[in-house]
Amino acid sequence: MNHLGLILVREYLNKVRNKSFIIMTFMSPLLMVGVIGLVTYLSNLNNDNERHIKVLDQSGYFGHLFEDQDQITFELLDTIDLEQAKAITESAQDYGLLFIPKVKNIADLSRAIYFYSEDSPSIVVMTQIERIVQQQANTLALNQAGIDAQAIRDLYFDVRPQLETFKGQETSKLGSGLKLIFGGAAGYLLFMFIIIYGNMIMRSVIEEKTSRIIEVIISSVRPIELLLGKIFGTTLAGITQFAVWVILVGVLGTVMSQVLGVEMQTGSQVAMEQGAALAQTNDLPAQILMEIFQLPMTNLVVMFFLFFIGGYLLYASLYAAIGAAVDSETDTQQFMIPIIMPLIIAVYVGVFTVIEDPHGTVSQVFSFIPLTSPVVMLMRIPFGVPLWEQIVSVVLLFTTFIGTVWFAAKIYRVGILMYGKKPSYKELLKWLKY
Amino acid sequence: MLEAHSISKSFGSFKALQEVSLMVPKQSVFGLLGPNGAGKTTLIRIINQITMPDSGHVLLDGEPLRPDHIRYIGYLPEERGLYKTMKVGEQVIYLAQLKGLSKSDAKAQLKYWFDRLDIGHWWDKKVQELSKGMAQKIQFVVTVLHRPKLLIFDEPFSGFDPINAQLIREEILNLRDQGATVIFSTHRMESVEEMCDHIALMNKSKKILDGNLMDIKRAYQSNVFRVGIKSADKAGTWKILEEQFGATPVVFKSIHEEVQCKLQLPDGHGPNDLFAQLSKFGEISHFVQEVPTANDIFIQSIHQNEAIL
Repeated sequence: MNHLGLILVREYLNKVRNKSFIIMTFMSPLLMVGVIGLVTYLSNLNNDNERHIKVLDQSGYFGHLFEDQDQITFELLDTIDLEQAKAITESAQDYGLLFIPKVKNIADLSRAIYFYSEDSPSIVVMTQIERIVQQQANTLALNQAGIDAQAIRDLYFDVRPQLETFKGQETSKLGSGLKLIFGGAAGYLLFMFIIIYGNMIMRSVIEEKTSRIIEVIISSVRPIELLLGKIFGTTLAGITQFAVWVILVGVLGTVMSQVLGVEMQTGSQVAMEQGAALAQTNDLPAQILMEIFQLPMTNLVVMFFLFFIGGYLLYASLYAAIGAAVDSETDTQQFMIPIIMPLIIAVYVGVFTVIEDPHGTVSQVFSFIPLTSPVVMLMRIPFGVPLWEQIVSVVLLFTTFIGTVWFAAKIYRVGILMYGKKPSYKELLKWLKY
Repeated sequence: MLEAHSISKSFGSFKALQEVSLMVPKQSVFGLLGPNGAGKTTLIRIINQITMPDSGHVLLDGEPLRPDHIRYIGYLPEERGLYKTMKVGEQVIYLAQLKGLSKSDAKAQLKYWFDRLDIGHWWDKKVQELSKGMAQKIQFVVTVLHRPKLLIFDEPFSGFDPINAQLIREEILNLRDQGATVIFSTHRMESVEEMCDHIALMNKSKKILDGNLMDIKRAYQSNVFRVGIKSADKAGTWKILEEQFGATPVVFKSIHEEVQCKLQLPDGHGPNDLFAQLSKFGEISHFVQEVPTANDIFIQSIHQNEAIL
């Protein structure tokens, strides 16, 4: 098997030295960070212009509530005529004029408020104004009806059942969410890897045929060594590329956030705040940490690697099998759908069924089928899966991988003798018998 | 050196080889001949362990073929190519390593061959920068680099210009003289005539003839002579020759005015008897036995074979 090492090294170097591969490796992060940077920069640019809004409050209830904000400043006009106010606002080239008329009944306000502006105003601005007016109007309405608004607020009920398993393990909705995120992320990563590097493996398997060196190679090495060498060599090249991407995106991202003065984490912070608002607690990060520690960490990490590697290799070997069956890349189309389908099914089962019922029959079955188990089982594990099930699933996965490579090698050897014949599935079955 | 014993191979219902046996003597050039589709390439692939025979077995130096035997075999297939994006030197060394050579060994051998063929400056070129003929030379080097005991060439001269073909021909004979055994498969007869010590002739998945080339030629010699006689009475001589010897007219280039004919040696007579009889008619300017060329034998035996079928 010392050939395997030689083939692996050649495949790796061949990929890594390839010009388009190098360009892709360094350009992709640049492009990615560049696009994100550009978008951030542009939206910043847009946000930079301050908006002056004039408020004409004839009712007298709201004026004092409009406090200046980051990008919006309010200016309360003295009680003047509406037409006059409009003229002033327009000549001052302000963003707009908010007009709150004097009404007898608070209820009449809902349709009586106007906002005048040059163009249609931004949704963000309007939402803010609406919120301020609505809150105050609510309070006023309650007061008018003789109800103490504060008393109602105090009586607000917050129902959140504490979750606990019979064994005494505390869980929470937040935990379920985390599990979903973990499983989803693992599935997504696998999906991405397969899509990006599966094709590369397939092309690499076809390489010997298009360059017609195949007979020289095949009279020197066994097809299974060649295929394994190609799968592992290409995978290592892929890992190299991926590592470069992660590092470059990290470095470039940091540099850019320094240059632009933008917190790249803004997005995640917003998400956190929303989460916090949802949970209405202040110690959310601590809670997340606690939940993470409650997940079966060792089990998860070990199984993540096993299933990720196994799942990737299995799909890689399927791509290799396609490469083995055809003479040129144009013939590969008909074989693509059967490869992508199980992946999509796996993700669907993972997202819809596993979350609903992690240990139901459907989830269980799909977490054993090798083509779907990497995604489905990874999503199930955080909910607690017996060890034997995990082991059986992993063994099945790797056995199928070896089986597929063997199958591919078989096709490969026979395929040489069949120059120019376009293989159908029926033909492939016949080849197995040779 | 190499023995194949009743090899059979079929693909589905198509029979590619039927009970083919071969004996390739050590240090000889063995020509595997036959029309397209005769099964030559399949047989060569079986020897290279690319495919397995359905029945029969191959012995190399008396041992049944084993996977590690591939390092003793150098194979130049008819369908040939190289990795286009790899550099020449790197590539040849890689391929030699796959055949079991160490890296330093491969390098030394490669230097030797590059100097010998005067192509040392190609070392760092990519294959896609080479012309077809240049790539063929590299392929030849790849085939012989690991000093195989058995060399197998499938149509080695296709794609070579006459000068390079001659160069390769000499190298092949040179390798044989150094101890290698060479099998080469072709349907170009002129190269057979020049190079082969032994031949086997295949047609429609069967071997129909094999043996030492000279022996075969002898067996196929027809005792036909081309004769030119300077005679005063051309018409009279011609009449007698036609009646007595069944002579048929032929035309060959000659500087003399003469009667030119082809005639069969009568049974029970030697060439000397014939010569003596003919000399009565005049001075003999031509007396040549027709030796069949490999091409003649090829065509003749294939026709015979097809007539039997």
